[in-house]
Amino acid sequence: MKSSFWVKVSAILWKDVLTEFRTRDTFTSVLVFSILVIVIFNFTFVPGSQMFETVAPGVLWVTFTFAGVLSLNRSFARDKEKGCLDGLVLCPADRVALYLGKMLSCLAFMLVVEAIVLPVFAVLFDLPLYLPKLAVIAVVATIGFAAVGTVFSALVVHTRARELLLPLLFFPIIIPVIIAAVKASELALSAASWSEMTSWLTIIAAFDVIFTVAAALVFDYVLEE
Amino acid sequence: MQGRLIDYSLIGVCFTLMIAAISLISVYVPTEEQMGVVQRIFYFHVPLAWVAFLAFFVVFIMSLLYIWKGDEKWDFRAYASAEIGVVFTTMVLITGPIWAKSAWGTWWTWDMRLTTTLVLWFIYVAYLMVRSFASDEERGARFAAVVGIIGFIDVPVVALAIVLSRTQHPSPIVFEGGLASSMLLTLLVSVAAFTVFYVLLLRLRASTRQMTSEIMKLRQELEI
Repeated sequence: MKSSFWVKVSAILWKDVLTEFRTRDTFTSVLVFSILVIVIFNFTFVPGSQMFETVAPGVLWVTFTFAGVLSLNRSFARDKEKGCLDGLVLCPADRVALYLGKMLSCLAFMLVVEAIVLPVFAVLFDLPLYLPKLAVIAVVATIGFAAVGTVFSALVVHTRARELLLPLLFFPIIIPVIIAAVKASELALSAASWSEMTSWLTIIAAFDVIFTVAAALVFDYVLEE
Repeated sequence: MQGRLIDYSLIGVCFTLMIAAISLISVYVPTEEQMGVVQRIFYFHVPLAWVAFLAFFVVFIMSLLYIWKGDEKWDFRAYASAEIGVVFTTMVLITGPIWAKSAWGTWWTWDMRLTTTLVLWFIYVAYLMVRSFASDEERGARFAAVVGIIGFIDVPVVALAIVLSRTQHPSPIVFEGGLASSMLLTLLVSVAAFTVFYVLLLRLRASTRQMTSEIMKLRQELEI
Protein backbone atom coordinates (compact mmCIF):
# COMPACT_ATOMS: atom_id res chain seq x y z
CA MET A 1 0.00 0.00 0.00
CA LYS A 2 2.70 2.41 1.01
CA SER A 3 4.88 1.65 -1.94
CA SER A 4 2.03 2.04 -4.40
CA PHE A 5 1.39 5.56 -3.04
CA TRP A 6 4.91 6.66 -3.96
CA VAL A 7 4.69 4.83 -7.27
CA LYS A 8 1.70 7.02 -8.15
CA VAL A 9 3.41 10.17 -6.95
CA SER A 10 6.47 9.45 -9.05
CA ALA A 11 4.34 8.52 -12.06
CA ILE A 12 2.68 11.95 -11.98
CA LEU A 13 6.04 13.63 -11.45
CA TRP A 14 7.55 11.65 -14.32
CA LYS A 15 4.69 12.57 -16.64
CA ASP A 16 5.37 16.28 -16.08
CA VAL A 17 9.13 15.90 -16.39
CA LEU A 18 8.72 13.99 -19.65
CA THR A 19 6.26 16.50 -21.13
CA GLU A 20 8.51 19.38 -20.26
CA PHE A 21 11.60 17.58 -21.50
CA ARG A 22 9.98 16.89 -24.87
CA THR A 23 8.60 20.37 -25.49
CA ARG A 24 10.85 22.59 -23.37
CA ASP A 25 8.65 25.58 -24.20
CA THR A 26 7.82 26.59 -20.62
CA PHE A 27 11.36 26.05 -19.44
CA THR A 28 12.93 28.21 -22.11
CA SER A 29 10.48 31.07 -21.70
CA VAL A 30 10.65 31.10 -17.89
CA LEU A 31 14.43 31.01 -17.97
CA VAL A 32 14.75 33.83 -20.49
CA PHE A 33 12.15 35.80 -18.56
CA SER A 34 14.08 35.43 -15.28
CA ILE A 35 17.33 36.60 -16.81
CA LEU A 36 15.48 39.53 -18.39
CA VAL A 37 14.14 40.58 -15.00
CA ILE A 38 17.67 40.60 -13.57
CA VAL A 39 18.99 42.53 -16.56
CA ILE A 40 16.21 45.14 -16.24
CA PHE A 41 16.95 45.52 -12.54
CA ASN A 42 20.57 46.19 -13.47
CA PHE A 43 19.53 49.32 -15.34
CA THR A 44 17.78 50.75 -12.30
CA PHE A 45 20.90 50.82 -10.14
CA VAL A 46 24.27 52.41 -10.62
CA PRO A 47 26.69 49.49 -11.12
CA GLY A 48 29.42 49.13 -8.56
CA SER A 49 27.73 51.40 -6.03
CA GLN A 50 27.21 50.48 -2.39
CA MET A 51 23.51 50.19 -3.01
CA PHE A 52 24.17 47.16 -5.16
CA GLU A 53 24.89 44.83 -2.26
CA THR A 54 21.86 45.89 -0.30
CA VAL A 55 19.44 45.48 -3.18
CA ALA A 56 20.87 42.24 -4.57
CA PRO A 57 18.83 39.89 -2.31
CA GLY A 58 15.66 41.80 -3.17
CA VAL A 59 16.37 41.57 -6.89
CA LEU A 60 17.04 37.85 -6.61
CA TRP A 61 13.77 37.13 -4.77
CA VAL A 62 11.65 39.32 -6.98
CA THR A 63 13.07 37.35 -9.91
CA PHE A 64 12.41 33.98 -8.27
CA THR A 65 8.89 34.99 -7.30
CA PHE A 66 8.04 36.17 -10.81
CA ALA A 67 9.61 33.09 -12.37
CA GLY A 68 7.70 30.94 -9.86
CA VAL A 69 4.32 32.42 -10.66
CA LEU A 70 5.00 32.12 -14.38
CA SER A 71 5.85 28.43 -14.17
CA LEU A 72 2.97 27.72 -11.79
CA ASN A 73 0.64 29.28 -14.31
CA ARG A 74 1.72 26.70 -16.86
CA SER A 75 1.67 23.67 -14.56
CA PHE A 76 -2.06 23.01 -14.66
CA ALA A 77 -2.87 25.13 -17.70
CA ARG A 78 -0.90 22.71 -19.86
CA ASP A 79 -2.77 19.73 -18.41
CA LYS A 80 -6.07 21.48 -18.96
CA GLU A 81 -5.36 22.44 -22.59
CA LYS A 82 -4.39 18.92 -23.59
CA GLY A 83 -7.23 17.29 -21.68
CA CYS A 84 -4.77 15.64 -19.33
CA LEU A 85 -6.41 17.19 -16.26
CA ASP A 86 -9.52 15.04 -16.70
CA GLY A 87 -7.29 12.02 -16.89
CA LEU A 88 -5.51 13.02 -13.72
CA VAL A 89 -8.77 13.52 -11.85
CA LEU A 90 -10.09 10.18 -13.08
CA CYS A 91 -6.97 8.18 -12.37
CA PRO A 92 -7.28 5.89 -9.36
CA ALA A 93 -4.84 7.79 -7.20
CA ASP A 94 -5.30 9.35 -3.82
CA ARG A 95 -5.78 13.14 -3.93
CA VAL A 96 -2.76 13.50 -1.67
CA ALA A 97 -0.67 11.49 -4.16
CA LEU A 98 -1.95 13.72 -6.94
CA TYR A 99 -1.08 16.83 -4.96
CA LEU A 100 2.40 15.58 -4.07
CA GLY A 101 3.13 14.57 -7.64
CA LYS A 102 2.16 17.94 -9.04
CA MET A 103 3.84 19.77 -6.18
CA LEU A 104 7.11 17.92 -6.73
CA SER A 105 7.01 18.59 -10.44
CA CYS A 106 6.45 22.32 -9.84
CA LEU A 107 9.27 22.25 -7.30
CA ALA A 108 11.67 20.43 -9.62
CA PHE A 109 10.87 22.84 -12.43
CA MET A 110 11.42 25.95 -10.33
CA LEU A 111 14.63 24.55 -8.83
CA VAL A 112 16.13 23.82 -12.24
CA VAL A 113 15.34 27.36 -13.38
CA GLU A 114 16.81 28.80 -10.18
CA ALA A 115 19.93 26.65 -10.51
CA ILE A 116 20.64 28.36 -13.82
CA VAL A 117 19.49 31.85 -12.80
CA LEU A 118 21.57 31.94 -9.62
CA PRO A 119 24.99 31.77 -11.34
CA VAL A 120 23.83 34.29 -13.96
CA PHE A 121 22.74 36.57 -11.13
CA ALA A 122 26.10 36.11 -9.41
CA VAL A 123 27.97 37.01 -12.58
CA LEU A 124 25.85 40.07 -13.39
CA PHE A 125 26.03 41.36 -9.82
CA ASP A 126 29.71 40.50 -9.45
CA LEU A 127 29.24 38.04 -6.59
CA PRO A 128 31.20 34.83 -5.89
CA LEU A 129 29.92 31.92 -7.99
CA TYR A 130 29.99 29.40 -5.18
CA LEU A 131 27.02 30.34 -2.95
CA PRO A 132 26.00 27.23 -0.97
CA LYS A 133 24.03 29.24 1.63
CA LEU A 134 22.00 30.98 -1.01
CA ALA A 135 21.32 27.63 -2.65
CA VAL A 136 20.00 26.17 0.61
CA ILE A 137 17.74 29.21 1.17
CA ALA A 138 16.48 28.92 -2.40
CA VAL A 139 15.60 25.23 -1.97
CA VAL A 140 13.77 25.72 1.35
CA ALA A 141 11.86 28.78 0.09
CA THR A 142 10.96 27.17 -3.22
CA ILE A 143 9.34 24.26 -1.36
CA GLY A 144 7.07 26.87 0.21
CA PHE A 145 6.33 28.41 -3.19
CA ALA A 146 5.45 25.02 -4.66
CA ALA A 147 3.35 23.94 -1.65
CA VAL A 148 1.00 26.91 -1.92
CA GLY A 149 1.39 27.51 -5.64
CA THR A 150 0.25 24.04 -6.70
CA VAL A 151 -3.17 24.50 -5.09
CA PHE A 152 -3.67 27.95 -6.57
CA SER A 153 -2.42 26.79 -9.95
CA ALA A 154 -5.03 24.03 -9.95
CA LEU A 155 -7.64 26.51 -8.76
CA VAL A 156 -7.12 29.21 -11.37
CA VAL A 157 -7.36 26.93 -14.42
CA HIS A 158 -11.12 26.87 -13.85
CA THR A 159 -11.47 30.64 -13.70
CA ARG A 160 -11.52 33.45 -16.22
CA ALA A 161 -8.34 35.53 -16.54
CA ARG A 162 -6.34 32.86 -14.76
CA GLU A 163 -2.95 34.38 -15.53
CA LEU A 164 -4.10 37.51 -13.72
CA LEU A 165 -5.66 35.79 -10.78
CA LEU A 166 -2.75 33.52 -9.85
CA PRO A 167 -0.32 36.27 -8.73
CA LEU A 168 -3.11 38.00 -6.80
CA LEU A 169 -3.68 34.82 -4.82
CA PHE A 170 -0.09 33.64 -4.68
CA PHE A 171 1.85 36.79 -3.69
CA PRO A 172 0.01 37.74 -0.46
CA ILE A 173 0.21 34.19 0.88
CA ILE A 174 3.95 33.78 0.27
CA ILE A 175 4.87 37.16 1.77
CA PRO A 176 6.33 35.52 4.92
CA VAL A 177 8.55 33.28 2.77
CA ILE A 178 9.77 36.25 0.76
CA ILE A 179 10.50 38.31 3.88
CA ALA A 180 12.44 35.46 5.50
CA ALA A 181 14.25 34.51 2.28
CA VAL A 182 15.35 38.10 1.60
CA LYS A 183 16.59 38.53 5.17
CA ALA A 184 18.44 35.21 5.08
CA SER A 185 19.97 36.04 1.68
CA GLU A 186 21.20 39.38 3.02
CA LEU A 187 22.99 37.49 5.78
CA ALA A 188 24.31 34.88 3.36
CA LEU A 189 25.74 37.54 1.04
CA SER A 190 27.38 39.37 3.93
CA ALA A 191 29.17 36.12 4.83
CA ALA A 192 27.26 35.54 8.06
CA SER A 193 27.45 32.15 9.75
CA TRP A 194 24.80 29.44 9.43
CA SER A 195 23.62 29.96 12.99
CA GLU A 196 22.67 33.59 12.29
CA MET A 197 20.38 32.41 9.52
CA THR A 198 18.68 29.69 11.55
CA SER A 199 15.69 31.73 12.70
CA TRP A 200 14.85 32.71 9.12
CA LEU A 201 15.29 29.19 7.79
CA THR A 202 13.11 27.91 10.62
CA ILE A 203 10.29 30.26 9.64
CA ILE A 204 10.45 29.13 6.02
CA ALA A 205 10.63 25.46 7.06
CA ALA A 206 7.61 25.94 9.34
CA PHE A 207 5.76 27.59 6.47
CA ASP A 208 6.68 24.63 4.21
CA VAL A 209 5.34 22.08 6.67
CA ILE A 210 2.13 23.96 7.55
CA PHE A 211 1.21 24.72 3.97
CA THR A 212 2.15 21.36 2.49
CA VAL A 213 -0.21 19.71 4.98
CA ALA A 214 -2.97 22.32 4.61
CA ALA A 215 -2.69 22.29 0.82
CA ALA A 216 -2.78 18.48 0.63
CA LEU A 217 -5.94 18.51 2.75
CA VAL A 218 -7.81 21.11 0.69
CA PHE A 219 -6.49 20.00 -2.71
CA ASP A 220 -9.51 17.78 -3.29
CA TYR A 221 -11.78 20.85 -3.35
CA VAL A 222 -9.98 22.63 -6.15
CA LEU A 223 -10.27 19.62 -8.46
CA GLU A 224 -13.41 18.73 -10.30
CA GLU A 225 -15.51 15.81 -9.15
CA MET B 1 -40.84 35.16 11.12
CA GLN B 2 -38.52 34.58 14.03
CA GLY B 3 -35.59 35.67 11.88
CA ARG B 4 -37.39 38.94 11.13
CA LEU B 5 -37.88 39.57 14.82
CA ILE B 6 -34.18 39.05 15.48
CA ASP B 7 -33.30 41.41 12.63
CA TYR B 8 -35.58 44.16 13.93
CA SER B 9 -34.31 43.87 17.48
CA LEU B 10 -30.73 43.91 16.17
CA ILE B 11 -31.49 47.08 14.24
CA GLY B 12 -32.87 48.62 17.45
CA VAL B 13 -29.87 47.60 19.55
CA CYS B 14 -27.43 48.67 16.85
CA PHE B 15 -29.09 52.06 16.43
CA THR B 16 -29.11 52.76 20.18
CA LEU B 17 -25.49 51.68 20.60
CA MET B 18 -24.33 53.72 17.59
CA ILE B 19 -26.04 56.87 18.89
CA ALA B 20 -24.51 56.21 22.33
CA ALA B 21 -21.06 55.60 20.83
CA ILE B 22 -21.15 58.70 18.64
CA SER B 23 -22.27 60.95 21.48
CA LEU B 24 -19.66 59.47 23.82
CA ILE B 25 -16.96 59.99 21.21
CA SER B 26 -17.91 63.53 20.27
CA VAL B 27 -19.19 64.93 23.58
CA TYR B 28 -18.35 62.85 26.62
CA VAL B 29 -14.79 61.61 26.22
CA PRO B 30 -12.05 64.18 27.06
CA THR B 31 -9.68 65.22 24.29
CA GLU B 32 -6.38 63.40 24.54
CA GLU B 33 -3.74 65.80 25.79
CA GLN B 34 -0.88 65.12 23.42
CA MET B 35 -2.58 64.09 20.22
CA GLY B 36 -5.54 66.44 20.37
CA VAL B 37 -8.88 66.05 18.67
CA VAL B 38 -7.65 63.70 15.94
CA GLN B 39 -7.17 61.01 18.58
CA ARG B 40 -10.96 60.58 18.61
CA ILE B 41 -10.57 58.62 15.39
CA PHE B 42 -9.17 55.91 17.67
CA TYR B 43 -12.72 55.10 18.85
CA PHE B 44 -13.66 54.27 15.26
CA HIS B 45 -10.36 52.82 14.14
CA VAL B 46 -10.02 50.14 16.84
CA PRO B 47 -13.61 48.83 16.60
CA LEU B 48 -13.33 48.73 12.80
CA ALA B 49 -10.12 46.72 13.06
CA TRP B 50 -11.67 44.37 15.61
CA VAL B 51 -14.69 43.75 13.38
CA ALA B 52 -12.44 43.20 10.37
CA PHE B 53 -10.44 40.50 12.15
CA LEU B 54 -13.60 38.96 13.56
CA ALA B 55 -15.11 38.90 10.07
CA PHE B 56 -12.09 37.09 8.61
CA PHE B 57 -12.14 34.59 11.45
CA VAL B 58 -15.80 33.96 10.66
CA VAL B 59 -14.86 33.46 6.98
CA PHE B 60 -12.38 30.80 8.08
CA ILE B 61 -14.90 28.95 10.27
CA MET B 62 -17.69 29.19 7.68
CA SER B 63 -15.32 27.99 4.92
CA LEU B 64 -14.39 24.95 6.99
CA LEU B 65 -18.05 24.23 7.67
CA TYR B 66 -18.92 24.64 4.00
CA ILE B 67 -16.20 22.24 2.88
CA TRP B 68 -17.12 19.78 5.61
CA LYS B 69 -20.92 19.86 5.34
CA GLY B 70 -21.34 21.07 1.77
CA ASP B 71 -24.39 23.14 2.72
CA GLU B 72 -24.74 26.41 0.76
CA LYS B 73 -25.84 28.38 3.80
CA TRP B 74 -22.32 28.28 5.26
CA ASP B 75 -20.99 29.64 2.01
CA PHE B 76 -23.45 32.55 2.01
CA ARG B 77 -22.22 33.48 5.46
CA ALA B 78 -18.55 33.15 4.49
CA TYR B 79 -19.14 35.33 1.42
CA ALA B 80 -21.05 37.98 3.37
CA SER B 81 -18.44 38.03 6.12
CA ALA B 82 -15.59 38.42 3.62
CA GLU B 83 -17.34 41.35 1.95
CA ILE B 84 -17.89 43.10 5.28
CA GLY B 85 -14.32 42.28 6.32
CA VAL B 86 -12.86 43.85 3.18
CA VAL B 87 -14.98 47.01 3.58
CA PHE B 88 -14.00 47.34 7.24
CA THR B 89 -10.32 46.66 6.55
CA THR B 90 -10.43 49.34 3.87
CA MET B 91 -11.81 51.78 6.45
CA VAL B 92 -9.13 50.71 8.94
CA LEU B 93 -6.46 51.39 6.32
CA ILE B 94 -7.99 54.83 5.66
CA THR B 95 -8.59 55.93 9.26
CA GLY B 96 -5.18 54.61 10.39
CA PRO B 97 -2.96 56.92 8.29
CA ILE B 98 -5.14 59.96 9.09
CA TRP B 99 -4.50 59.35 12.76
CA ALA B 100 -0.88 58.27 12.28
CA LYS B 101 0.07 61.41 10.35
CA SER B 102 -0.71 63.64 13.30
CA ALA B 103 0.24 61.19 16.06
CA TRP B 104 3.49 59.73 14.68
CA GLY B 105 4.21 62.33 12.03
CA THR B 106 4.05 59.77 9.23
CA TRP B 107 1.23 58.27 7.18
CA TRP B 108 2.56 54.78 7.27
CA THR B 109 5.15 52.62 9.05
CA TRP B 110 5.91 49.04 8.08
CA ASP B 111 5.25 47.71 11.55
CA MET B 112 3.59 44.40 12.32
CA ARG B 113 -0.03 45.47 12.72
CA LEU B 114 -0.09 47.80 9.74
CA THR B 115 1.63 45.40 7.38
CA THR B 116 -0.41 42.40 8.49
CA THR B 117 -3.62 44.38 7.99
CA LEU B 118 -2.50 45.34 4.51
CA VAL B 119 -1.65 41.72 3.64
CA LEU B 120 -5.04 40.64 5.01
CA TRP B 121 -6.72 43.17 2.74
CA PHE B 122 -4.90 41.70 -0.28
CA ILE B 123 -5.78 38.12 0.65
CA TYR B 124 -9.48 38.81 1.00
CA VAL B 125 -9.68 41.02 -2.06
CA ALA B 126 -8.27 37.98 -3.91
CA TYR B 127 -10.89 35.86 -2.12
CA LEU B 128 -13.67 38.03 -3.58
CA MET B 129 -12.03 38.03 -7.03
CA VAL B 130 -11.84 34.23 -7.10
CA ARG B 131 -15.60 34.20 -6.70
CA SER B 132 -16.32 36.62 -9.47
CA PHE B 133 -13.79 35.00 -11.81
CA ALA B 134 -14.94 31.41 -11.27
CA SER B 135 -16.97 29.97 -14.11
CA ASP B 136 -19.96 29.06 -11.93
CA GLU B 137 -21.30 29.77 -8.45
CA GLU B 138 -20.71 26.38 -6.89
CA ARG B 139 -17.13 26.27 -8.13
CA GLY B 140 -16.51 29.82 -6.94
CA ALA B 141 -17.82 28.88 -3.50
CA ARG B 142 -15.51 25.87 -3.25
CA PHE B 143 -12.47 27.79 -4.48
CA ALA B 144 -13.19 30.70 -2.18
CA ALA B 145 -13.45 28.33 0.79
CA VAL B 146 -9.96 27.04 -0.02
CA VAL B 147 -8.62 30.61 -0.19
CA GLY B 148 -10.47 31.48 3.03
CA ILE B 149 -8.79 28.61 4.86
CA ILE B 150 -5.27 29.00 3.46
CA GLY B 151 -5.45 32.79 3.81
CA PHE B 152 -6.40 32.66 7.45
CA ILE B 153 -3.66 30.14 8.32
CA ASP B 154 -1.21 32.52 6.68
CA VAL B 155 -1.97 35.47 8.99
CA PRO B 156 0.04 34.37 12.07
CA VAL B 157 3.01 33.39 9.86
CA VAL B 158 2.95 36.80 8.18
CA ALA B 159 2.81 38.52 11.58
CA LEU B 160 5.72 36.44 12.89
CA ALA B 161 7.91 37.10 9.85
CA ILE B 162 7.25 40.84 10.05
CA VAL B 163 7.90 41.02 13.79
CA LEU B 164 11.27 39.33 13.32
CA SER B 165 12.27 41.41 10.31
CA ARG B 166 11.35 44.76 11.88
CA THR B 167 13.15 44.40 15.19
CA GLN B 168 15.25 47.47 14.36
CA HIS B 169 12.10 49.62 14.15
CA PRO B 170 10.14 49.17 17.37
CA SER B 171 6.44 49.58 16.76
CA PRO B 172 5.01 52.78 18.20
CA ILE B 173 3.38 52.16 21.53
CA VAL B 174 0.25 54.25 21.68
CA PHE B 175 -0.96 53.73 25.20
CA GLU B 176 1.75 52.45 27.41
CA GLY B 177 0.04 53.30 30.68
CA GLY B 178 -3.35 51.91 29.67
CA LEU B 179 -6.50 53.88 28.96
CA ALA B 180 -8.28 56.31 31.22
CA SER B 181 -11.59 54.83 32.37
CA SER B 182 -13.69 57.35 30.39
CA MET B 183 -11.76 56.45 27.25
CA LEU B 184 -12.07 52.75 27.92
CA LEU B 185 -15.84 53.09 28.37
CA THR B 186 -16.16 54.99 25.10
CA LEU B 187 -14.04 52.41 23.31
CA LEU B 188 -16.06 49.50 24.68
CA VAL B 189 -19.39 51.06 23.71
CA SER B 190 -18.02 51.74 20.24
CA VAL B 191 -16.70 48.17 19.92
CA ALA B 192 -20.10 46.82 21.01
CA ALA B 193 -21.90 49.08 18.53
CA PHE B 194 -19.73 47.99 15.61
CA THR B 195 -19.91 44.32 16.56
CA VAL B 196 -23.71 44.40 16.61
CA PHE B 197 -23.58 46.30 13.33
CA TYR B 198 -21.42 43.52 11.88
CA VAL B 199 -23.79 40.78 13.04
CA LEU B 200 -26.70 42.68 11.54
CA LEU B 201 -24.94 43.22 8.20
CA LEU B 202 -23.87 39.58 8.11
CA ARG B 203 -27.41 38.34 8.68
CA LEU B 204 -28.93 40.65 6.09
CA ARG B 205 -26.29 40.00 3.45
CA ALA B 206 -26.34 36.22 3.92
CA SER B 207 -30.12 36.09 3.76
CA THR B 208 -30.09 38.24 0.61
CA ARG B 209 -27.72 35.73 -0.97
CA GLN B 210 -29.92 32.88 0.17
CA MET B 211 -32.94 34.50 -1.46
CA THR B 212 -31.02 35.29 -4.65
CA SER B 213 -29.99 31.68 -4.94
CA GLU B 214 -33.57 30.46 -4.37
CA ILE B 215 -34.89 32.84 -7.02
CA MET B 216 -32.25 31.64 -9.48
CA LYS B 217 -33.21 28.04 -8.84
CA LEU B 218 -36.91 28.78 -9.31
CA ARG B 219 -36.21 30.67 -12.50
CA GLN B 220 -34.24 27.75 -13.90
CA GLU B 221 -37.05 25.35 -13.06
CA LEU B 222 -39.63 27.55 -14.78
CA GLU B 223 -37.68 28.30 -17.92
CA ILE B 224 -36.18 24.94 -18.71
